[in-house]
Amino acid sequence: MEDLLALGGRSIKSRLLIGTGKFPSYPLMQKALEVAQPGIVTVALRRVDLGSQADNILEYVPKSCILMSNTSGARNADEAVRIARLAKAGGQGNWIKIEVIQDNKYLLPDNLETLKAVEILAKEGFIVLPYMSPDLSMAKRMVDAGAAAVMPLGSPIGSNRGVKTRELVEILAREIKAPVIVDAGLGSPSDACECMEMGCAAVLVNTAIAIARDPVTMARAFKEAVSAGRAAYLAGLASAGSGASASSPLTGFLRDETR
Amino acid sequence: MILTLNGKQESIDRPLSLDALVAAKELCPDKIVVEHNFSIVSKEDWPKIMLKDQDMIEIVSFVGGG
Repeated sequence: MEDLLALGGRSIKSRLLIGTGKFPSYPLMQKALEVAQPGIVTVALRRVDLGSQADNILEYVPKSCILMSNTSGARNADEAVRIARLAKAGGQGNWIKIEVIQDNKYLLPDNLETLKAVEILAKEGFIVLPYMSPDLSMAKRMVDAGAAAVMPLGSPIGSNRGVKTRELVEILAREIKAPVIVDAGLGSPSDACECMEMGCAAVLVNTAIAIARDPVTMARAFKEAVSAGRAAYLAGLASAGSGASASSPLTGFLRDETR
Repeated sequence: MILTLNGKQESIDRPLSLDALVAAKELCPDKIVVEHNFSIVSKEDWPKIMLKDQDMIEIVSFVGGG
């Protein structure tokens, strides 16, 4: 049976989500997306630059991907709700990644304001995925408020430092009924693989792919890492032990056992 | 009249509807979302909105983001 990600009423083939910021060019981003075939692609919403004719990013996103706007730039729930409504009016569906940040140094999310935005937007029929610090109580509240998934951070946005929050994310993966999608900070395919091995439903990667010397090949590497990690999780990882346990038989050695 | 367009003040010396403003800025209607005094206005309704002094207009579009 095919292993699909059930999320927001959809069955999604790929457990890799890709963000579209920081790519050297839209055509290169398009190639990376075509190679990685992410289930969901994120975008942001900004004021148009009235002085220049910018290219439309949506033309470079494969039609097979679900498009999800984020609410980046929001400093509180009201601003996130405003951005979400604008994004929906942009005609790209009702998937929204809630991102509420007041901390400009580490870009860590404000879980309380995020929860308020989840409550409002879920009631309005949005498919809501909150970006959050990995706190179990808050994650439960997000799901109770209607979040379709929770998106705990691995490490600060764009830091490429990997899953520094591992212990807490693992708890979420075990305890939260909704999909747990690790977002932010994943720097290498092995980081993504680690998340999948521990039972997370998916990962969202942007910077590590976008700023790689070769984003297209890096996108493929992440895709393969996510598949490998997911397969390992489904196969059931062997538990780690402190001593040794021989892999080869301990009998029939070519030596004289009597001496 | 003075409008605030994307956070910047702009002086307009003639009656102007929202769709005329979009056209004057050479924006592609299909790529943008317009908010007029904090209310989202759908494309079909742009011609009906005549801009007034002190109106606030935000015009946004999708860009790359994570």
